Amino acid sequence: MKNPVIGVYVCHCGSNIGSVVNVPEVVEFAKGLPNVAVAREHKYMCSDPGQDVIKKDIKELGLNRVVVASCSPLMHEHTFRKACESAGLNPYYFQMANIREQVSWVTTDKVRATEKAKVVLVGAVNRVVEHDPLFVKSVPVTPATLVIGGGVAGIEAALQVAASHTQVHLVEKEPSLGGHMARFDKTFPTLDCAACILTPKMVQANTNPFIKVHAYSEVIEVSGYVGNFTVKIRHKASYVNNDKCTGCGVCITKCPERGIPAEFESGLGNRPVYVAPDAPQHGKKPKDTFGKRPAIYTPFAQAVPNKPVIDRDNCRYYTTGKCRVCEKMCEPGAIDFDQKDWIEEIQVGNIIVATGMKTFDPTPMKNLGYGRIPDVYTGLEFERICHSSGPTEGQILTWKKESPKAIAIVHCVGSRDDKHHRHCSRVCCMYSLKYAHLIKEKLHNCEVYEFYIDMRCFGKGYEEFYSRLLQEDVRFVRGRVAEVSDWGIYPEEKGRLVVRVEDTLAAQVRRIPVDMVILSTALEPAENADHLKHTLHMSCSSDLFYLERHPKLAPVSTATDGIYIAGACQGPKDIPDSVAQAGAAAAQAIGMIKRGVVEIEPTTAHIEESMCTGCQICIPLCPYTAIRRNEEKRIAYIEGALCKGCGTCVGACPSGAAQQWGFDDRQIYREIEGVLAAK
Amino acid sequence: MEPFEPRVVAFLCNWCSYTGADLAGTSRKKYPTNLLPIRVMCSGRVDPEFILKAFREGADGVIILGCHPGDCHYINGNHKTLGRFPILKKLVQQFGIHPDRLRLEWVSASEGDRYAVVVAEMTEQVRKLGPLRWNTRIKETVAASAAGGE
Repeated sequence: MKNPVIGVYVCHCGSNIGSVVNVPEVVEFAKGLPNVAVAREHKYMCSDPGQDVIKKDIKELGLNRVVVASCSPLMHEHTFRKACESAGLNPYYFQMANIREQVSWVTTDKVRATEKAKVVLVGAVNRVVEHDPLFVKSVPVTPATLVIGGGVAGIEAALQVAASHTQVHLVEKEPSLGGHMARFDKTFPTLDCAACILTPKMVQANTNPFIKVHAYSEVIEVSGYVGNFTVKIRHKASYVNNDKCTGCGVCITKCPERGIPAEFESGLGNRPVYVAPDAPQHGKKPKDTFGKRPAIYTPFAQAVPNKPVIDRDNCRYYTTGKCRVCEKMCEPGAIDFDQKDWIEEIQVGNIIVATGMKTFDPTPMKNLGYGRIPDVYTGLEFERICHSSGPTEGQILTWKKESPKAIAIVHCVGSRDDKHHRHCSRVCCMYSLKYAHLIKEKLHNCEVYEFYIDMRCFGKGYEEFYSRLLQEDVRFVRGRVAEVSDWGIYPEEKGRLVVRVEDTLAAQVRRIPVDMVILSTALEPAENADHLKHTLHMSCSSDLFYLERHPKLAPVSTATDGIYIAGACQGPKDIPDSVAQAGAAAAQAIGMIKRGVVEIEPTTAHIEESMCTGCQICIPLCPYTAIRRNEEKRIAYIEGALCKGCGTCVGACPSGAAQQWGFDDRQIYREIEGVLAAK
Repeated sequence: MEPFEPRVVAFLCNWCSYTGADLAGTSRKKYPTNLLPIRVMCSGRVDPEFILKAFREGADGVIILGCHPGDCHYINGNHKTLGRFPILKKLVQQFGIHPDRLRLEWVSASEGDRYAVVVAEMTEQVRKLGPLRWNTRIKETVAASAAGGE
């Protein structure tokens, strides 16, 4: 090994580091460290002039090691490695000392910060001496993409990737594509019909020769690595042979079991049916089909693919052993009661996760009466009431099927609330305004109250929409609703609901009688988000939405290469933002497919043959079964492509034969010595 | 005499704890500067020898920080750390090191606040135990026994 010649560069990061750490002092200190040939400071090391300083020094001073003390390596390690490489130095002869995120930003004590910066720097300078040149491996990329989630984000991502004429697998857990958007009536702020925008896209996705739609399916296992994932998809038994089914819908109309609350109607079917006290009693209960579906069903009329599924838990044949009406009625003979779940294995290079969100269940907020008072609806339920193909065919009616005279819309239910979710759900203000507009459009004389904390109308055209609503005779009351009750005190409250609220602009407590209450509920990660997180080894942020690699620099990437996120699974998002992210995720996938090869980090483990005693301790430790035994030599070896570089085997090897490139024992020992060298 | 400032070597896994530590910085949480972070790819990489090495080099405490069980980027590397840890605690005790000087904590990528709390706690915990000076103590013991043998 040549004698190490180290260049040390300390960054001010504007004032981010420089205002706390005494950078010139650190530079002077670095000059005195062993093997350091040059130490310099710069206002912004990551800028082009900053990088040029390193490149120039490598060439002119013959540096063979580089240390940069600046931000986190998760931020700019790649940048500086590239700079070293472009000057002809192996990029792994570089080490970063994090003196911003873990020093200057976490203390105000300038003396101690400067001391810690020096200590961290010694660790890095000590470590870099032991670095080895490493070479990035390139492996081919499977030119296929998996998209998980068939809502608007997933469909958009699938269509964009398919536009590059590469294979896409679109997996949706429900029987139809569409996600939440398929339930919406109008979209804010343009009041376009949601179905008119979405259904053509659903059909395009289903008919595109490059997209294979796996509806009513779930991803159960993912293995492999960037560019080469193996994915297992479980196709749930629908008890309908899709090859034979023509989608005529006779089975749906003939199914005798009709009282199952429809998932698509967002819980409207869970309410008991209203029976007027003076209704004639015939001994027979009135037939209740409000918000209900049969046991064999498609979620909605424009479902794509338009193939029904049988809900096994509620089907009379499965529960009582008798019925099979659908089988008798089905002319093509598509009903197959013996169908079983089956598992398909596919190979893909990239995965786009677009699993979306669900809405907060306000039942625990007893003061708002949801679940107890039938005329308290969630936003999504009201969406269905408003929808022309919903159970009321677009007529706004109370539970008693009367036209409401006053409606209250309660904002921030479950959002911006320390007891539930601290985040702002971003879309509620806008959909609440949309409801106000739709109510005013349908019922001119109906009073509409919006109870808000702040109006957050941030998007393009949103503030204008708000201004328009201010002209539409909607009552805006600033204050968090204390209670919704059905206990009228005053004559005008009898038989109605009463909203109690502190009007913080008028500085008084008010009682407002209304006939219907809409709760603008918070957005939460989708039901199976946590499960999928483990399947894909992703991280979540504190609000439990999937965590992006960097909020600004890599908003659709995750910590795992080759896995991207789009839409509301990353955080509450409206349709334009979801679609934009889907496009961004698709571009990442297409980019990798176009390159054809992917570079794999060389920081994997390897076993020094001469030192291995063949004890086999490492073999069961490897989570990827990358360690095998060479029976002939009676030693272990590592299957390079399978190793992901966790180093667990290295930490456990009693003879020191297992080592990890870039994180071997020598390097870490030297770093430990370095950080403890002072005193 | 200068007040005692403990030195605690921290092994942080790249995916959860190091990212969590960065988040503490990004959210400008303030915590003591006594922690000396060393990044490894997974808490499973932390060789028991690293811990002894750190104590030998003069650390007053060592903390291993990894992903919460079930959240490991490498499926279950942290489970192996968790398995080793009770033995490690016993081992350091046999070497005459108070077991509270060694700690294992889970900090996820979103727990910047928690990271700051853990650092503050660990610093105080070690501060109470006082300086370790393990290496010097061993040398003194060896010298004393050598002197006694003569």
